[in-house]
Amino acid sequence: MNQTNPADDARHKQDANAPVLEVEDLHVEFRTRDGVAKAVNGVSFDLRPGETLAILGESGSGKSVTAQAIMGILDTPPGYVTQGSVRFRGTDLLTLPEKERRRYRGEKISMIFQDALSSLNPVYSVGFQIGEMFRVHRGASRADAKKKAIELMDRVRIPAAHERVNDYPHQFSGGMRQRIMIAISLALDPDIIIADEPTTALDVTVQAQVMQLLADLQAESKMGLILITHDLGVVADVADKISVMYAGSLIEQAPIIPLYGSPAHPYTERLLAAIPRVDLKGQELYTIKGIPPNLTNIPTGCAFHPRCPYAQPICSEQVPPLQDVSEGRRSACHFWKETLDGSIQSR
Amino acid sequence: MPEPSKTASPPQDVVAASLTLGVSGSAGGAPKPGEIGKPRSLWSDAWHDLRRNPTFIVSAVLIVFLIVVATFPGLFTSTDPKFCDLVSSNKGGAPGHPFGFDRQGCDIYSRVIYGARASVMVGILVTTGVVVIGGVIGALAAFYGGVVDSVLSRFVDVFFAIPLLLGAIVFLQAFPFRNIWTVVAAIMLLGWPQMSRIMRGSVISVKESDFVTAARALGASDLRILTRHILPNAIAPVIVVATISLGLFIVLEATLSFLGIGLPSSTVSWGGDINDAQSSLRSAPHVLLYPSVALSITVLAFMLLGDAVRDALDPKLR
Repeated sequence: MNQTNPADDARHKQDANAPVLEVEDLHVEFRTRDGVAKAVNGVSFDLRPGETLAILGESGSGKSVTAQAIMGILDTPPGYVTQGSVRFRGTDLLTLPEKERRRYRGEKISMIFQDALSSLNPVYSVGFQIGEMFRVHRGASRADAKKKAIELMDRVRIPAAHERVNDYPHQFSGGMRQRIMIAISLALDPDIIIADEPTTALDVTVQAQVMQLLADLQAESKMGLILITHDLGVVADVADKISVMYAGSLIEQAPIIPLYGSPAHPYTERLLAAIPRVDLKGQELYTIKGIPPNLTNIPTGCAFHPRCPYAQPICSEQVPPLQDVSEGRRSACHFWKETLDGSIQSR
Repeated sequence: MPEPSKTASPPQDVVAASLTLGVSGSAGGAPKPGEIGKPRSLWSDAWHDLRRNPTFIVSAVLIVFLIVVATFPGLFTSTDPKFCDLVSSNKGGAPGHPFGFDRQGCDIYSRVIYGARASVMVGILVTTGVVVIGGVIGALAAFYGGVVDSVLSRFVDVFFAIPLLLGAIVFLQAFPFRNIWTVVAAIMLLGWPQMSRIMRGSVISVKESDFVTAARALGASDLRILTRHILPNAIAPVIVVATISLGLFIVLEATLSFLGIGLPSSTVSWGGDINDAQSSLRSAPHVLLYPSVALSITVLAFMLLGDAVRDALDPKLR
């Protein structure tokens, strides 16, 4: 794999709208005692400056592992990237030596985690932890780092930042803690932020505030945002495009509005049908029957076929390729046309 | 093998280190006295608890007193512990000599005072040494895991299998000379595996924390993650066990001196004096009594301190 392609470099310099991140055919597997779990199987996507990509999927669909592989923080062993590339402005991160790769973390690509309380070190004040970014990466003095920390706390709208800079993580509410995590990841003006279920641990009103904050910050700085979630509601307001994952594969990629309007994959369709709706109050909630596949033993053909109401013989025999449906839109279903226009029949 | 003179430092420094709990607590912005304590960091929180714990106050006062005695024995007695007059052999208390005289006719009170130095020094030096050696090995084994862990842990097991007292006897016999450093080295050499195991377990549990992953995702190096993020969160159990073990190390030194292979007889030590006293136990029990009581109180003080620190650092035990 080429590390830096000169032609690529030139292209990136000319085109401000060129993708900052290109993930191509990424494969990750976990070698466990029970066998090899194929957690990510050929995921590809790209991200442009200022764009928000949502990666959607159930637990175990490989969305967090994808994020960890991009960041280079997979637990190895047991996790290994076996194939594919992750290019940041043309540089393949996967082939960089660890020492160089570390420079990208926090500086170019940073990450927000699900549980802000456990992601913050309990023995240091929040100001110290935000300031650490400037001290480690920029060699700032303690006093300067603290000043910057206060600025950042203001920027993520933490009230009375001056007084709270010396407080410890457990003295903040859940939403405020997540803001501190955001401040830390934002510290060095990264080009990309990966948010791994940033609002899952928060209650609904706080979720909305945190998502709004992320959207505002993104608008200010033109950074790319990868939002990993299983919450379709969170995605709807902020994402530009969505990638739906199932059993480690991308099964549908689409801009947000067409996807919500008319899904081109039965799994997406079922997911949307499972959202609780106010107008159906009192009725039993829709569920997708069956359970997600065991990653050490993914079904043949389309991984979704055992749970798919439209499954045909071909579905258990051939893996459906990710086919272009329309501009910027792809689906991995043998019957995407029929799913899209609603003419498909249940078994 | 540890080089004793490198791990050694003046007793005052080590004492300061062992009381860092309090120092770091107040530096971290502990609540002003009188203000209703708003919980702060783990350490200042622990300090807040400790200050209100009578066990801690009693043991801390005792330990501070012991350290003063060990450092400036001249403040407490003007009698030379090595000035002995056989005329006074085994005599009871007399004016100026409250504890009486031992078999050689030396003043017991001044020997008890001067004996504190050997015990306190051995205890503190050994504890510092085992925390450093055991801590580093345990932390590295846990942090890197895999082959590193297997190799280091087997190495620890080898030392762990040697009985402490027996090993120390063999080790000391192998030396042509005896002084406080050989005793410290012998106990240290065999005492560190316990610290190493505790540190390893503690680091393994902290290593899995989300904040460690977060630190890595934000570009921290291995060294920084280990020293800045893992160690401060993993050190508490080690401090607790170290404080309790300090008492045990003092007992071990006394045992070795009692057996005649610890400190040389020219060094005034409680263990050596207890050994000397046993021959006249029935005729002059007071000769045995005072150094034994001094030893017991010292060990008790460190054990109490360890207990208090454990309670403060681990709220789950309350």
